[in-house]
Order: sequence, then structure tokens, then C-alpha cells
Amino acid sequence: MRIHPRHIQKVAVVMLGGAALFTLLILIFIIGFILEKGLPVISLRFLTGKPEDLGRSGGIFPTIIGTILLPLLAIIIATPLGIFTSVYLSEYTKETKLTKVIRFGTDCLAGIPSIIFGLFGYIFFVVTLGLGWSILSGGLTLAVMILPTIIRTSEEAIRSVPKSYREVSFSLGATSWQTVKRVILPNALPGIVTGVMLSIGRSIGETAAVIFTAGSSLRLPESILDSTRTMAVHFYILAREGISQENAYGTAATLIIAVLFINLSAYWMMSRFIAKRS
Amino acid sequence: MNDKFNIKNLSFYFGKKKCLSNINFDIVANEILGIIGPSGSGKTTFLRALNRMNDLDIMPRVEGRILMDGNDIYATGYDVVSLRKKVGMVFAMPVPLPMSIYENVVYGPRLSGISDKNRLDELVEKSLTSAYIWEEVKDRLKTSGMRLSGGQQQRLCLARALAMEPDVILLDEPCSGLDPISTSKIEDALTILKKDYTIILVTNNTKQAARVADRTAFFLMGGLVEFGDTKKIFTAPDQKETNDYITGRFG
Amino acid sequence: MKLIGEKGVQRALMFTAFSAISALLLIALFILSEGLPFIFRYGIKDFLFSNDWVPQQGRFGIFPMIAASLWVTFGAMVVGAPLGVAVALFLSEYAPRPVMRVIKPTIELLAAIPSVVYGFIGVMVLAPLIREFLGGPGLSLLGGSIILGIMILPTVISISIDSILTVPQSYREGSLALGATTWQTIYMVTIKASKSGIIASIILGLGRAVGETMAVIMVAGNSVNIPHSPLDSVRTLTANIALEMSYATGMHRQALFATGVVLLVGIIILNSIASVALRKRMVKK
Repeated sequence: MRIHPRHIQKVAVVMLGGAALFTLLILIFIIGFILEKGLPVISLRFLTGKPEDLGRSGGIFPTIIGTILLPLLAIIIATPLGIFTSVYLSEYTKETKLTKVIRFGTDCLAGIPSIIFGLFGYIFFVVTLGLGWSILSGGLTLAVMILPTIIRTSEEAIRSVPKSYREVSFSLGATSWQTVKRVILPNALPGIVTGVMLSIGRSIGETAAVIFTAGSSLRLPESILDSTRTMAVHFYILAREGISQENAYGTAATLIIAVLFINLSAYWMMSRFIAKRS
Repeated sequence: MNDKFNIKNLSFYFGKKKCLSNINFDIVANEILGIIGPSGSGKTTFLRALNRMNDLDIMPRVEGRILMDGNDIYATGYDVVSLRKKVGMVFAMPVPLPMSIYENVVYGPRLSGISDKNRLDELVEKSLTSAYIWEEVKDRLKTSGMRLSGGQQQRLCLARALAMEPDVILLDEPCSGLDPISTSKIEDALTILKKDYTIILVTNNTKQAARVADRTAFFLMGGLVEFGDTKKIFTAPDQKETNDYITGRFG
Repeated sequence: MKLIGEKGVQRALMFTAFSAISALLLIALFILSEGLPFIFRYGIKDFLFSNDWVPQQGRFGIFPMIAASLWVTFGAMVVGAPLGVAVALFLSEYAPRPVMRVIKPTIELLAAIPSVVYGFIGVMVLAPLIREFLGGPGLSLLGGSIILGIMILPTVISISIDSILTVPQSYREGSLALGATTWQTIYMVTIKASKSGIIASIILGLGRAVGETMAVIMVAGNSVNIPHSPLDSVRTLTANIALEMSYATGMHRQALFATGVVLLVGIIILNSIASVALRKRMVKK
């Protein structure tokens, strides 16, 4: 007996819609669960106090500092590198074997798991270059990790600048660099900033690459060569070693709030940019 | 009357494709030269060869020479940037840069290093006036150029090119999307401007060439079919193809 | 003066452009230089296919970990691929455009959640559920698969949506004009047309799953054995590296780097297949 296509259609809508709903619910559940258990733990003392007794009590201030410093260093290094790479790729070259090689390198880099970056950072920065477990090692490792993302999003942003703008600029006697500086970069900026913010979000949540390069010291770092612990690492250690479930939730909640804030800001900025354009 | 451009045996290749073959003629200073012909005849390719805008996509292979003021502009080492400062261009679609009207006009001069505010203000007024748009925008120079109507935007683009104080102005079907009033404003501007500039106008609209150009060149399939005084081309052309095109037998 | 500046700028930019490829080369160089000598000395067959991972006795067979990684990734695909494609289809074919424009970035927030948080949820919520209803320790292959399946959803959904949206509207219109329902159109036309993009999205998702570390450490149990049931505790290649790296020395450490080499090779292969599939989609357009 053949079922009428319209009935199958109804079933399909329900199932596909159900899938979408289910996925949304997962998202809401994860965020809700962490916030529900973690928000009560967060207080001014929690955020500004130092951890005591290996984190069983006290606050998480040094980890907040670590969470700020590591991505900051990574962004400072990777952003100019990434933007100028994409500028070079789109404005200074035509499609040649060279650009294909560079793009291949970027694609590969983007797919490498963070544990490998952790291994690399350890053997190269910590050991070979002798930087030890430090903010410097961690920041450099994270920089290499976010580089492909910044290159990709910058390239897309640069590509979205209309070709006619470039033509106008050149026809008025501009050099490539003048065109980049005065027309292309200002117009590609929102897209580039979004990519940077998304990379910040990713660095903040990163654990595997950080543990092996920045270490896990609970002390407030005094120099760039000091080891430090980020919130993600702290959370991982608290949870896995069973040190304090309560503080684990609190750290996780702080972490999630930070990450969500950054990602939502990036999306909001991007949508405002799109709205302004049209 | 001296020659501004001498085009000698010019052939143009993009990769394997031959876009222009064996073009030979001279363009005189302070005239309006009209270039007519059907789509794909090479008019735009030729126009863009004069300020080397074709270089932007793929480097073309050039046979023959284009001389401006006696110098081969495709010679190795020729300063392309300064060429484009002397040869300005207005494109088919109006392209205001996403900045204020003022900033649009001073974009070019600023590139050349002019930063004195008085000089820039002077240039803005002079260029916008020559483009027949000063009166309409003089009270809102700081507003965005993208808020103007199509015809106004195109006049802004003309002003932008004029602000560079070039020798030559190239126009590539500048009125193609515009209403008749804007079109006639631009045509009037060009007629006045030829006193100080050499103007080369590519147009799909033969009647526009008849109205405005001193001399006209007819391009067909990459070659120059006929070239001469506009009146002659339009009333008693030598070549059959010219006649067929002008009378609308093909297009 | 200005021209020298321009050439100088060009050279500086070219220099930075090599940063990505040089970083990649550096990584390959150092990981390989630590890991390859070990593989040659120990023997690649024993390394990959022996079941014995007993570092104290100098035995470094990673087969259980390879099996674990393969199973967990397969499980992630079973969980994440159908769900992800279903969501992608719903958002691009049924949901009105403005709704899609809001929901798509919201679901992409799933990608922003740190992997340690996923792992934690797995431990606190999922594992007890498994333990209660299905038995076993809870921290298991099944738990790992489910969590990983959820983690790859944003990738699958995002890239699939992009792929589905590039199917020309005329294909759909042609089908609908012949009297097909929307579902029939999806099923017979749209999916076929965006097939390579969807497959690419799944492969890229799998690449992420294979490389995931923190979440699996927390949820999958970490016992070194070949799994016989989804309820068994397993240890993936990534977990193995992360857990033992902090105290490994000498040959043990090199063995872990060698594991990294295996991972790298696997993932590069996966991602290359995915980019070929993605490029096929572009060429077809």
C-alpha cells in the first residue's frame, strides 16, 4: 500500500524540525546546566581571590589573568601575520603555484588537532628554544594555532570588497599598498575583526595546547616567562582530580560566560556590518 | 594641434586570445574622440590600454606601440602610477567610494601627497563645478557619496577624475545607466572640458557620439574599421560596415 | 622614494605570507624528528598492530588506541551525521530565511563551548545515565561517541547548509513544478546535488572528532583495551598522548610523539579527501 507523498512530507517536516529543536535543546541544556550550578559560586571574592589549598577554596584570579594574557599574546602575534598574509595572497599575487602552496599550508594547519600543537609547542618552544613552561611558550603556540583561522576570515573579508573599488583607486594613480591601506582594509575590517574575536573565543577555551606549553602554575605570573594556568586548564584539573566540584562549576560558568560574550559580540558586530552594507 | 596619442600597429593579446588587431591612428590633444562599435569589438579593451588598467587582471601581451606625448607607455620601466595620474578614467557604472563626497574627490590628490586643506578645498570646488554638480552638493560635502542619485554619482566620479588635474579623461560608456537629463549634463560638461583636456569617450549610443565627438573611430571585432571627422562618419562613411552599423543594420 | 617603499612593502608582505607554510613545516619537522626515529627503531608493524601498551616494560603497541579512535569516531559519525544533515536540511529547505539566519549562528555557538565543558557534562550527566540504564562503568565508548557526535554537529550543519544553499533554485523549481512535494524534492534532487558538500562536511567533522582530546579523556574511560562492546572503557590515541606526556621520558616519550605522527597522517588524509570533495562541488557549479 502506497502512502501518499503528502503524508510522508508531514512526517519529514516533523522529524527534521525535531532534529533542529533537539539540537537547540542540547545547546540550551549544556549552557543552562553549567550556569545553574556555577553561577551561585561566582562572587566578587571568587573572581578576585587567589586559590587556596590547590583550588579547594579561594578564588580563581590568577587563572583569569592567565586566560587574558595567553590569548592576548597569541592575538598580538597572529593577527598582523594573518592579515598581511591574506593581503599578500589577494592583492599582490595572481593564482600561481606559490599561492597554492601557501593555501595548502594554511588548510593543513587548520586541521591539526590541538594536542599536536601542544606537542609541538612543548618540543619547540619549551624545550628547544628553552623558553620553559611559560606565557611566552603558550602564547606562541596558540598564535600558530589560530593563524589559519585569521588568514581565512581575513581573506574572505578582503574578497568581499567590490572589485570596482580597487579599479577606481588604481585609476587615480594609487599603488597597491595605498589601495590596500585606504580602501581595502578599512572596508574589510569588520569581517577581519569578527575572525579575530572568534579566534579569541577559541583560545580561551583551549586546554590541550596550553597545558603542555604554559604549564599549570597557580601563582600570579610576574613575567612573560612565568608559567600560568588558564580557567580552562584550572577547570579541567579541578574536575578530573576531583578537587572541588563546586569550584569547578564556578570556573566553568565564568569560562562559558566569557566565551559566549565574545562569540555573541562577534556575531552582533558582523550582522551590524552586513546591515550597514545593504 | 599636436598629437596626444600615437597608436602604431597595436595588437593586444590576453593569453591566447587576440583582442585588438593592428590598430593605427592618432589622437589629437584637446579634442573629444568618440569610439563606437558593437559589444565585443574591443572598444573597452582599447580604452583601458591607454591607462594600462588592463594590467590589473592578467598582464596582456602587447605588440606595436602606444605613444603618449611621444613616449611608449608600454616600455619596460615606464612609470604606470604616474601614467594613471595623467590619464583619468570614468567607468560605466558609477562607483562612489564608501566615503563622503568631499573625501571621494580628494582621494586622488591625497594619494599624490597634497595635504594642504586650502588647496584641497579649492580642488573640490573646482572639480565639482566642472562636473556640473557643485550647486547640488555644495552644502552637503560631508555626506556619503553613496546617497546621491545615479546621475549625480557619475558626475561625482567625473569630478573625482578631474581633481587629479589630468591631461586626458577616458570615459567608458559613462551614461549607460543614466536618465536623459543626467546624460545631457555630462555631455555638456565634456564639451566645455575639452578646452583643457583630451577626452576619449567610448559609447554604445551612436547618437551620443554624433552629438558630442569631434572625431569618431569605429571598432569592429578588435579592429579599427574607420576613423575620421564625426560629420563624415555619420553622413558619408567610406566603409560598408560603418554604414551598416550606423544605420542599425546590426548592433 | 615612494617606489622603493612599495617594493619594500611587497617584500615584507611576501615574507609574512610564508608564516603559515613555515609554521606547518616546523611542526612537521619537530614532530617527525621526535617520532620517526622511534618508529624505525621499534618497528612499524609492532607499533601499529601489537596489543601491548606497557611502557614500563618497553612495549609500545598502540593498536588498542587505534581501535578506540576508530570506533569512537565511527560512533560520532553515527550520532552526529544524520542529526547534523537533518538539521541542515530543515534550516535550509523548510525554515523561513530570517529564522534560519537567527538559528544558524545560535547552533554555531555549540562550537564555541570549550571541549573540557563538553567532557564535564559527559561525566556528570551522560555517564551516570549510561551506567544506570545500560550498565557498565558509564565512562565508555558510547559516552565518548555521543559527546563527540554533539561536538561535530556545528561543523556538519554549517558546511552542509552552505552546500545545500548553493544548489540552484531552478533545480527545486523544476521538481516542484512537476508536482513533487518539498520532501520529495529534497530527497530526489537537493540531496543528490549537494552530496559531495555534505560528505565533505561529515569528513571534516570526523577529522575534528579524531583530533579531540579533552572531552574523550573525561568521558571515554581511558582503559587500554580493544573494545568489545560500546559500554567498554577505551583510550584514544589523543587521550594516550595527553595522559602520559607529562611524565614520559626517553623511549616512552618518543613513542608518544610517534603516536602524534600517526594522528597527523590520519588527519591529513581525512582533510585532503574532504577538500577534494569540496572542490568537486565548486567545479560542478
